[in-house]
Amino acid sequence: MNAAATDTHHDDHGHGPAPGLMRWVTTTNHKDIGTLYLWFSLLMFFIGGLMALVIRTELFQPGLQVVDPHFFNQMTTMHALIMIFGVVMPAFVGLANWMIPIMIGAPDMALPRMNNWSFWILPFGFGMMLSTLFMEGGGPAAGWTLYPPLSLQTGAGFPYLIFSIHILGISSIMGAINIVATIMNLRAPGMTFMKMPLFVWTWFITAYLLIAVMPVLAGAVTMLLTDKFFGTAFFTAAGGGDPVMFQHIFWFFGHPEVYILILPSFGIVSEIIPTFSRKRLFGYSSMVYATASIAFLSFIVWAHHMFTVGMPLTGELFFMFATMLIAVPTGVKVFNWVATMWRGAMTFETPMLFALGFVVMFTIGGFSGVMLALAPVDFQYHDTYFVVAHFHYVLVPGAIFGIIAAVYYWLPKWTGNMYDEKLGKIHFWVSTFFVNLLFFPMHFVGLAGMPRRIPDYAVQFADFNAVATIGAFGFGFSQLLFVWLLVKCVRGGEKATDQVWEGAEGLEWTLSSPPPYHSFTDQPIVK
Amino acid sequence: MKIASFFTGRFPGRLAGLFATAMALVSQSALADWQLNLPKGVTDISHQVWDMHMLSFYIMCFVALVVFGAMAISIVKHRKSKGVTPATFHESTAVEVVWTIIPFIILIVLALPAARTLIAQEDDSNSELTIKITGYQWKWHYEYPDSGVSFFSTLADESRDARVMGSGIDVTTVENYLLDVDKPLVIPVDTKVRFLLTANDVIHSWWMPAFAIKKDAIPGFINTMWTKVNETGTYRGQCTELCGRDHGFMPVVVEVVEKGEFSQWLTAQAEAKDDKQLAAVE
Repeated sequence: MNAAATDTHHDDHGHGPAPGLMRWVTTTNHKDIGTLYLWFSLLMFFIGGLMALVIRTELFQPGLQVVDPHFFNQMTTMHALIMIFGVVMPAFVGLANWMIPIMIGAPDMALPRMNNWSFWILPFGFGMMLSTLFMEGGGPAAGWTLYPPLSLQTGAGFPYLIFSIHILGISSIMGAINIVATIMNLRAPGMTFMKMPLFVWTWFITAYLLIAVMPVLAGAVTMLLTDKFFGTAFFTAAGGGDPVMFQHIFWFFGHPEVYILILPSFGIVSEIIPTFSRKRLFGYSSMVYATASIAFLSFIVWAHHMFTVGMPLTGELFFMFATMLIAVPTGVKVFNWVATMWRGAMTFETPMLFALGFVVMFTIGGFSGVMLALAPVDFQYHDTYFVVAHFHYVLVPGAIFGIIAAVYYWLPKWTGNMYDEKLGKIHFWVSTFFVNLLFFPMHFVGLAGMPRRIPDYAVQFADFNAVATIGAFGFGFSQLLFVWLLVKCVRGGEKATDQVWEGAEGLEWTLSSPPPYHSFTDQPIVK
Repeated sequence: MKIASFFTGRFPGRLAGLFATAMALVSQSALADWQLNLPKGVTDISHQVWDMHMLSFYIMCFVALVVFGAMAISIVKHRKSKGVTPATFHESTAVEVVWTIIPFIILIVLALPAARTLIAQEDDSNSELTIKITGYQWKWHYEYPDSGVSFFSTLADESRDARVMGSGIDVTTVENYLLDVDKPLVIPVDTKVRFLLTANDVIHSWWMPAFAIKKDAIPGFINTMWTKVNETGTYRGQCTELCGRDHGFMPVVVEVVEKGEFSQWLTAQAEAKDDKQLAAVE
């Protein structure tokens, strides 16, 4: 994709940011809102991470040492809800806000005021969700999947949990609508769909997934609410209902949700690898079609999360085959990244390290995913730590490393300062070492028979659990290095050029570093 | 076992535990605790499942070799510091077709035996014995409908006492900690046993790794699964669906005995039950 921009910097007609704290409350500027989302996500990362450390501390040795089992279940539940809805999704939306307008040559998002609300209801929603931990009966403790009847045993915090999930869902839906409207309507002249950067494509497709499935989650949790308070029996056999129906509805949301959690990272990696290979992305149109295929297939595989519920054989066979099929377009993407690297001229700055780490470790998560798809063997894997290993590989050195790579990649553009490259590399290597120490042993204990969501375990699982806990603390603390590096970079550093990276191409690199508060107020023309 | 015993006690103990872990990482003697793989199990189905698991694992290893191998070569050779000029190729329909079709074929190679095994697993016809399992918060209930024998199976006393926070009991001294019950399920060897599975309150799940069977116990509904065990012995599993506070404390224990021994046991259970009922009436 070639983009010759002709942006003239019309930013000095006094439309700068409002002064003081109110700037952040009332802003409708996509750069400000992007910044808000990203800092929020970072804060939530440490809150969710703290919960993970509570979990891993209890699991360091067999026996119960630290927490009551009911509190432990609250921690596993909240850890997941925070990480999924409070870290990965807001970070992706933050990156979308910052980058989509400037990548397509637009002055801002299509709906800037709705954009402000999309962000500001998040702290409110999460405040409410976290407050349930302090209510009678504690916070939700049925797992983030909230299966009834167990979830209906939640204490006084239950309606607040449901309400908070609605708020978070509304935020995502509004954000997704904004992204679709922006990409469809505000592309600069000459930027056809097949010239858009892949990060824009993956977010475009993700936005459609969000609009399609977040309402389904809203429906599912509302049915839980009415079952508990308004006399319905959707999920109670005694009333003519079926607990398994919840699982179908939930996972119809849940499976596309996990692709929502990874597609933007695919886009990020597709931006970074070409830059540092000094070579165009291999197979641009294949990458677009593969992403669309993954999104389509994501709607017809949901019951692979439910292989043990007692589904008819035909259902099990269908979902097994459909799930295996997703490996094809996903594999195509991995091969295209490798082909991009192949015979390039690579350098290995921090964004590239995280991007390459993503490719390797996400693929490892993909391997356990293919194994899990095989229903006869899934009976042995389901609800064990083998599953925990799988999804943490695709989410942590997968989605999260993608987010971190994006931050390193675009931070000089956002701040005008180069981050400390040496510290960045240390952050990468330390994170990679500990993240593997943390999650790889989980494959083993899962295969050896350790179930999920238990605060205490049989003694033969002790050794790998101890290793995983050491990994958890190492990984957690090494993220403090990242925070230090971010603060240091925002404060100052070697001045960044507009281009920043030698091999970088795209409209964003035609703007100054940092870009003007309002950029592309005159549309560039893309050749 | 040895390593775990270093871990009991408070912070100094944990520090010692950390050190011991580091040591254990190089020691070979406690390798049994570092189990890496799925057990082969003691049924025909569990062997088929294990074979399927290993097949998919080896194929994934092969893919890893190809993909990561290519990446490694590229990272070493295609570096700017080596003074290379980057190539300019950026698409090839032929290549895309090839690396779409080959994975597709690999998936077929996996799908066919997987389907075959799944069909076998779901075929509970011609079973010789039926047992009803009910999940409770937090124990299992077993019933032999044809004999009127039924009982609860709860976490064994030793484990129950040791698991309490601040119990002062070193859990590594408890045999089969968290995997022992007061009354195990007993079934005969070489017999096709069909299980009818339900629950009393929330969803539970009954898993026996050695038999490769796992199915959810859902209140108000009945699931079925079957097994035919080839070797006598005592086998241990756990509840595998989060069911509340003590989800981790309701193990599954099955004793597989010779057929003669089984009928004797069943008769004795039925008689004991009759005696108890008689005593209650009197």
